Amino acid sequence: MKTNKIFISGDEAVAQGVKLCRPHVIAAYPITPQTITVERLSEMVEAGEMDGIYMHVESEHSAISATMGASAVGARTFTASSSQGLLYMAEGLHYCSGGRWPVVMMNANRSVALPWSIYGDQRDSLSLLDCGWIQVYVEDAQEALDMMIQAYKIAEHKDVLTPMMVNLDGFILTHTYELVDIPEQKMVDEFLPVFETPNKMSFEEPKNLGFSSKPDDNTEFKYQQNEAMFKAIDVIRDVDQEFAEKFGRKYYDMVEEYRCDDAEVVLVALGSVCGTIRVVVDKMRAAGKKVGLLKIRYMRPFPETEVKDLARRVHAIGVIDKDISFGYEGTVYTNVNSAISKIDKYVYKSNFVGGLGGRDITKEEIEEMFEKLFFGVKNKSEEKVEFFSLNVESND
Amino acid sequence: MTNLVDIPKVNAKNMTEKEYFYGHKACAGCGGSVAVRLALKVLGERTYTALPAGCMSAVGFIYPQMAFNTNALITTFPGAASMASGIAAGAKALGQKDVKTVVFAGDGGTADIGFQALSGMIDRNDDVLYICYDNEAYMNTGIQKSGLTPYGTKTTTTPAGENLPGTITHKKNLFEIIAAHDIAYAATASIGYPQDFMNKVNKAKHTKGATFIHVYASCPTGWGTPTETSIEIAKDAVDCGLIFLAEYEDGEYKLNRNPKEFASVKDYLKKQGRFKHMTDEDIQCVTEHRDKKWARMRKQWL
Ligand SMILES: Cc1ncc(C[n+]2csc(CCOP(=O)(O)OP(=O)(O)O)c2C)c(N)n1
Ligand code: SF4
Ligand SMILES: [Mg+2]
Repeated sequence: MKTNKIFISGDEAVAQGVKLCRPHVIAAYPITPQTITVERLSEMVEAGEMDGIYMHVESEHSAISATMGASAVGARTFTASSSQGLLYMAEGLHYCSGGRWPVVMMNANRSVALPWSIYGDQRDSLSLLDCGWIQVYVEDAQEALDMMIQAYKIAEHKDVLTPMMVNLDGFILTHTYELVDIPEQKMVDEFLPVFETPNKMSFEEPKNLGFSSKPDDNTEFKYQQNEAMFKAIDVIRDVDQEFAEKFGRKYYDMVEEYRCDDAEVVLVALGSVCGTIRVVVDKMRAAGKKVGLLKIRYMRPFPETEVKDLARRVHAIGVIDKDISFGYEGTVYTNVNSAISKIDKYVYKSNFVGGLGGRDITKEEIEEMFEKLFFGVKNKSEEKVEFFSLNVESND
Repeated sequence: MTNLVDIPKVNAKNMTEKEYFYGHKACAGCGGSVAVRLALKVLGERTYTALPAGCMSAVGFIYPQMAFNTNALITTFPGAASMASGIAAGAKALGQKDVKTVVFAGDGGTADIGFQALSGMIDRNDDVLYICYDNEAYMNTGIQKSGLTPYGTKTTTTPAGENLPGTITHKKNLFEIIAAHDIAYAATASIGYPQDFMNKVNKAKHTKGATFIHVYASCPTGWGTPTETSIEIAKDAVDCGLIFLAEYEDGEYKLNRNPKEFASVKDYLKKQGRFKHMTDEDIQCVTEHRDKKWARMRKQWL
């Protein structure tokens, strides 16, 4: 397959991907580390490389509102945010999924104040898991670009009609330069059809949208929204397959297993840290240790089947969380644990919380996690939630 | 730019008999619903209508009973202007011609929580007519004070008692705040002067870009007035000078009515339950504020 590789950052890769999807309306508000994406898109609009309208909204609340408005008349839309901005959108995020408007957004995963931090962790998007958006986490700039193209096809599918958030780790992905293949416009046009939706206002068929419901029907609306999320699982699979056939890159749909086939101990993680885990897995495998990685790509809909399937085959599962639900445990862990609890087998589990506010997760730390999991299985240790590499004294 | 002077005037004879807002659940005598109904008669079919949370959206969209004959949707409470901006942008990007996007928002949704989005909408000059129907409180949530609740008003969050006369602040100068954006067209109106209101809507309809109308709209439920006096009371408010009719066009302010003498403020206030408790001193305070404002408007705008 012919390639056209250029050296760009994750943010720029997102902009390139969005441009190829020909959105009609882009509305976004700047926030580090998302800014480069919206700057590039503005330049593309100015240069006439894109036909869409770039709206200079005065806040993230307006960014999500404007994209919903445009979507409600049948336009394809894009927004991007991060951290404080994403939280400022929270009302609109729920509104958008409830309105079944397939807005696509990029979120640069960044810590949430206080204390202020512009650096990465995943507390922003994970705290909004329940807002009804499809959430995917990517590992590198190429995947970021490719997922923009896949996102429109998934979100706009008639059985799905649900907005989608593509998450990139702040700085680690948004600001790191990589060689990225830019697909041909013609191929993207063939892959991604023009946006058609029955869920829009039009003069041929006027509609009242965004209405109130009574207790008699609210549950039914929410049921259908939930069903659409489950239907998205098949669509995600089909779209990834079709994408692989067209562009030669496959992302293993809901999750990606790395050297899990005969693994005894596996780490589960989201996003860029998976790259580091792969290196550690290779090293430990070379030393004869049966370790593997489960990269969760989609947090919503959640890959329950895949997690259960893996849990049936291994002795221990450790979950890395770049977030914490205060007073309990990491959110990824809660979700993984819930899936594991539905199989008829004991698996030793551990939750490693860290990498918060931009702290690196090192190869040494990952190796230690694998060792702790082996130790835990062997010694039937108590399962726990551990903040790793703490500089203050832990209570246990 | 269209010459707004040449637009045919709307009047009782030539206005459409078509209804675009009916079957809703507003209280009898609701002034807000009159404003929406009359404005849509002027704007017609090719209108996208956006309403934030508030009385008009609450009474108009109770699934499955939809009260708008135009395209319409409810927006979030703070997001009416920005969602309407998105509608206008979407329509433009899709190549739709001869389309108007209109917002109907309450005083709270406009002067308070939705103000940031409204300011952004005007700054971008998005092709949206934003109509604020002002019933001088958060009615939908049960009559709480907003930034447009006038001095002396008793609301559920500004109770009148031994220590306070109800609301202790005057209305924000919303019209002038909007005009200060140098908007293409802005006006104030009252449902007590329906023809004036409809012709202002018509002017805005024929103006490209962001436009704004602040229309005074009575609320018998929140004001403690008989349902059959809604139009009369909205007229009284203008006649006693507490509400003024004006326009901002081509960078100039224009007072549409400049009466030599005002009708009695006290009579206007005493007809309404929300002002019943006001002392002569309170009424004096309201009157002085009115006179100061008119002196300034006359000096600066005439
Ligand atoms: C973010 C948010 N805060 C509060 C509310 C509750 N709320 C809904 S309508 C409303 C009052 C609306 O007042 P106004 O805009 O004056 O319109 P009215 O009801 O008087 O017509 C309030 C406070 C809400 N829906 N959303
Ligand atoms: S409370 Fe007032 S504004 Fe609301 S529907 Fe009733 S009359 Fe209209
Ligand atoms: Mg009100």
